[in-house]
Amino acid sequence: MIEVEGLTKFYGPVRAIEDVTFRVEKGEIVGFLGPNGAGKTTTMRILACFMPPTQGRAVVAGYDVLEQPLEVRRRVGYLPENVPLYPDMTVTGYLQFVAEVKGVPRRLRKQKIEEVLEACGATEMAGRLISRLSKGYRQRVGLCQALLNDPEVLILDEPTIGLDPRQIIEIRQLIKDLGAQRTIILSTHILPEVSMTCQRVIIINEGRIVAVDTPGNLQAGLQKGAQLVLQVRGPAEAVERELRRVAGVVEVRRQEARGDGVCSFVVECDRGAEVQEELAAAVVRNQWGLRELRATGLTLEDVFIRLVTHEAHEEEAAA
Amino acid sequence: MRGMYAVFKRELKAYLFSPIAYVVMTIFLVISGYIFYSNLAIFSIISFQAIQQPQFASGLNVSEGVVRPLFGDMGIILVFMAPLLTMRLFAEERKSGTMELLLTFPLRDMEIILGKFFAALVIYLLMVAATAVYPILLLVFGEPELGPLIAGYLGLILMGAAFLALGTWASSLTENQIVAAVIAFGMLLLFWIIGWATSLAPPLLRQILPHVSIIEHYGNFSKGVIATHDLLYYLLFIGFFLFANQIGLESRKWRGRV
Ligand SMILES: Nc1ncnc2c1ncn2[C@@H]1O[C@H](COP(=O)(O)OP(=O)(O)O)[C@@H](O)[C@H]1O
Ligand SMILES: [Mg+2]
Repeated sequence: MIEVEGLTKFYGPVRAIEDVTFRVEKGEIVGFLGPNGAGKTTTMRILACFMPPTQGRAVVAGYDVLEQPLEVRRRVGYLPENVPLYPDMTVTGYLQFVAEVKGVPRRLRKQKIEEVLEACGATEMAGRLISRLSKGYRQRVGLCQALLNDPEVLILDEPTIGLDPRQIIEIRQLIKDLGAQRTIILSTHILPEVSMTCQRVIIINEGRIVAVDTPGNLQAGLQKGAQLVLQVRGPAEAVERELRRVAGVVEVRRQEARGDGVCSFVVECDRGAEVQEELAAAVVRNQWGLRELRATGLTLEDVFIRLVTHEAHEEEAAA
Repeated sequence: MRGMYAVFKRELKAYLFSPIAYVVMTIFLVISGYIFYSNLAIFSIISFQAIQQPQFASGLNVSEGVVRPLFGDMGIILVFMAPLLTMRLFAEERKSGTMELLLTFPLRDMEIILGKFFAALVIYLLMVAATAVYPILLLVFGEPELGPLIAGYLGLILMGAAFLALGTWASSLTENQIVAAVIAFGMLLLFWIIGWATSLAPPLLRQILPHVSIIEHYGNFSKGVIATHDLLYYLLFIGFFLFANQIGLESRKWRGRV
């Protein structure tokens, strides 16, 4: 549905994105994740045919954004970052305008507008002036406008920014519902958002793609190995020494000892190594008390931070 | 076409719901009404004297005495008023960010430009239509020649359209409406006075400049002459600025500065 290849965009001398390449398959909800200034808006504007790329190719819904932008625009619904709507129009008046511009046949317009208002839960605001809408309803009307042409692809730039927590949950659910029949690419700089709404995540930083995978795989893949947390009652130094001896253990970090002689350890081991039983056996063999033994996973947050800072370090090293 | 019509309707509504169009119309009508009245008053005094002293009566007619000065003065007021009508068109959308959505709708750039231009034109035509009261009064109480009246209106409409095309273009240059109005006003004034400096200009320019001047072509209309080259001048002027608008839009898209 979306094919992006070697996309580069310069604003004058400023390079906003460089060599961005990814694909989004039909029916997917993909999250475009990156810190502020990473180049998310730039990429999405190119996909929505707002501006052409400096270099590279993007094909959306089967049409090239440079060669047939009108065909792309007919098949895409776009929600820009700050939801720019005309404040002096009513919701219905605005949607009528958009329906007409998007070529919805006259006799279907009224019904279509009712449908999208219903789908986005904004029916009760139909007669309201846009300038009088709350931020949450503005966002919904923005989604309504994007949906009017029955788009195959929805491009949503930071759809939950500036909303309160309840509204965020509602909009996320709405996006999931919309994603049942559509291809959606949404950008965000909020981590939990992608794991909650998206099947795949593209991480972008300083204009470059740093990772593309499912949220689950990213978490697993980035862990250099498994991490375990142990709580043992016993002489801390001896325990640490003993734990290091277990085959497959790479690193042991001792946490602060508690008063009752119980100490926590974080054990890193090779990926795939099954060390839990060995660790437990070692503790029991020495007749110490095993209080806890559990595996920890990286959160997507850790993944994100690692990916982004990792890249930065490499660049520094190269420079 | 369909998209242009939608943009046109939205713009027209925006005009009707904002005070600027009404203010501009009112001021235009008040000033042109005052000019009409004072020209007419002076003309009647002169006519009255002519009745007593018939040697003055030759060469005295309403077209020369009232209609021509009226069109001339309306042209001048328009230089001030047209930029106020057009300043909003693009500048406001650029400022509020709605331009971004507008440009991602399935619309050609020219559809957007024409939709906006025609909306301003319709408001202008309404304004011009309201000034028809003055010639109608003349028709009721006197016998003005129809030729100069019709040609004068054609000239006024064409020149107004040219002003609006320039104003629409100026509005697309900036996010600031005042700046857009000032640019348009300055350019119009320049096109107005450009013919004045001809006596000092080098020979080639001396031949070209009068043809570039907006007022030169307008003058012919209010004399009752409809000449092809005057028509062509205004149509080219309009076409040029609509096209310049499109080029500018396209280039700002490449630079990402819409
Ligand atoms: N119109 C513009 N002119 C110049 N630089 C810009 C413009 N828009 C964005 N940038 C720069 O391009 C980079 C990417 O911006 P953007 O795509 O908006 O990032 P994001 O949406 O991920 O926050 C940033 O460094 C930003 O400063
Ligand atoms: Mg952004």
